[in-house]
Amino acid sequence: MWHSTKSHDKQVIFCKSTAFLFVQGMGMKLNTSALESHRLVIGTSDELPNGFSTAPSFEIPNTTDFDCFQKEAIQMVKPAKGTTTLAFIFKEGVMVAADSRASMGGYISSQSVKKIIEINPYMLGTMAGGAADCQFWHRNLGVKCRLHELANKRRISVTGASKLLANILYSYRGMGLSVGTMIAGWDETGPGLYYVDSEGGRLKGMRFSVGSGSPYAYGVLDNGYRYDMSVDEAAELARRAIYHATFRDGASGGVASVYHVGANGWKKLSGDDVAELHYNYYPVEPTIVEQVMVET
Amino acid sequence: MARYDRAITVFSPDGHLFQVEYALEAVRKGNAAVGVRGTDTVVLGVEKKSTAKLQDSRSVRKIVNLDEHIALACAGLKADARVLINRARIECQSHKLTVEDPVTVEYITRYIAGLQQKYTQSGGVRPFGLSTLIVGFDPYTGVPSLYQTDPSGTFSAWKANATGRNSNSMREFLEKNYKETSGQETLKLAIRALLEVVESGGKNIEVAVMTKEGLRQLDESEIDAVVAEIEAEKAAAEAAKKGPPKET
Repeated sequence: MWHSTKSHDKQVIFCKSTAFLFVQGMGMKLNTSALESHRLVIGTSDELPNGFSTAPSFEIPNTTDFDCFQKEAIQMVKPAKGTTTLAFIFKEGVMVAADSRASMGGYISSQSVKKIIEINPYMLGTMAGGAADCQFWHRNLGVKCRLHELANKRRISVTGASKLLANILYSYRGMGLSVGTMIAGWDETGPGLYYVDSEGGRLKGMRFSVGSGSPYAYGVLDNGYRYDMSVDEAAELARRAIYHATFRDGASGGVASVYHVGANGWKKLSGDDVAELHYNYYPVEPTIVEQVMVET
Repeated sequence: MARYDRAITVFSPDGHLFQVEYALEAVRKGNAAVGVRGTDTVVLGVEKKSTAKLQDSRSVRKIVNLDEHIALACAGLKADARVLINRARIECQSHKLTVEDPVTVEYITRYIAGLQQKYTQSGGVRPFGLSTLIVGFDPYTGVPSLYQTDPSGTFSAWKANATGRNSNSMREFLEKNYKETSGQETLKLAIRALLEVVESGGKNIEVAVMTKEGLRQLDESEIDAVVAEIEAEKAAAEAAKKGPPKET
């Protein structure tokens, strides 16, 4: 997780908000936001010859090397998806788990971040990358899902919801959004799990883990995974995987939350402090010397 | 009154939008079109004015596909129809692109009606001069539907409806004779309604049947066969009415 510091990314954030206003202003007509690319137009006005307006532009900063300036802003954001989140589909639905640490470089800024976002009562999203980006776009996705439900009198599918998010993220590609999220839910076709990221990628799958602690989580998850587990077994597997990731990865820690998405929607199963989990899995065994000292 | 019928965006003192009402007049002068919904099929039938000798009749298709599972027939200005149909086709694909699912009949009807409404509330444009009959199957539930839109932008679902020339008599016929049908019976009901106002014969009507598998346009010989069946049934009914009293 990263939090923005005030120095370079003021410009980047400003660009995001004007781009957002432009997208919102389009209203609910034929949604071509997926087909257009909101590229920054450097230095020109908003009007093209025929009276069509382009993506909004803003004053570019007076640097000697504009291209590298933008790259620097993106690089500051990029490597830092310091988190561990995972999700997998099994017989009884989808299990979603995440840690709760937020770090700014080496500083732990919070141990209690909610990284599993409740989009609506039957869909969850996970947060990795920029906290603000993930929170905002998941809220926005929740709005879109609700509007779809109202207009079409049926719930949106997990496929559709993940596609909406992926299209939005694709249209902001290259502008510095940092989002690595999984959309997990249960719809008419059963459990659904998609990985969506800020590069515009979208993958359907049975098991995903995202973040700096994901290699460790994958190790435990892939080892212990079976399709026909019970809810409790799956929850324990998810919890263990997060615990092991927080043990080895410095950017993950805090509380391991585990959610289950079933036919009736999601339910939070547990939220255990990983330090306590450590002593649960590896209880302290007193050495003989200590025992003797205690007895005397 | 005459002063209030120029611009579309001007109400008359008694609450009419005259341009919209004139558009409905244009619809009333258009070809007759009928749609009937059955339990497993939906049938569209359109009156075909006799084609000129040199005209290639295959290029004058009146019942068109919007997507694999949705078809449309209309009455009114055919050029306006072409534009509306193209926009609807694009929207069907755009919907598939953004949510990876085919449109429902209700969704695309709502879209077309919304488009028609937009043109009643903009400056410098006139309304689309056509009413459409939209049929199709819901891709999730497999339920057949029939919807109608009109130039004012309203839409609703129907069990059976008619639009265009003499639509009132066709609708009366349908109201009297409608019952839940399936398959061939639905087809016969639609053709019977159309024959109320159109000269009998395969070359004067165009009929298409939509099932779960897709749209099937009937060719002239098939239509003639069904028409013959209908005529035979009518004759039998007439004979039955006159028959029994003689056997005393």
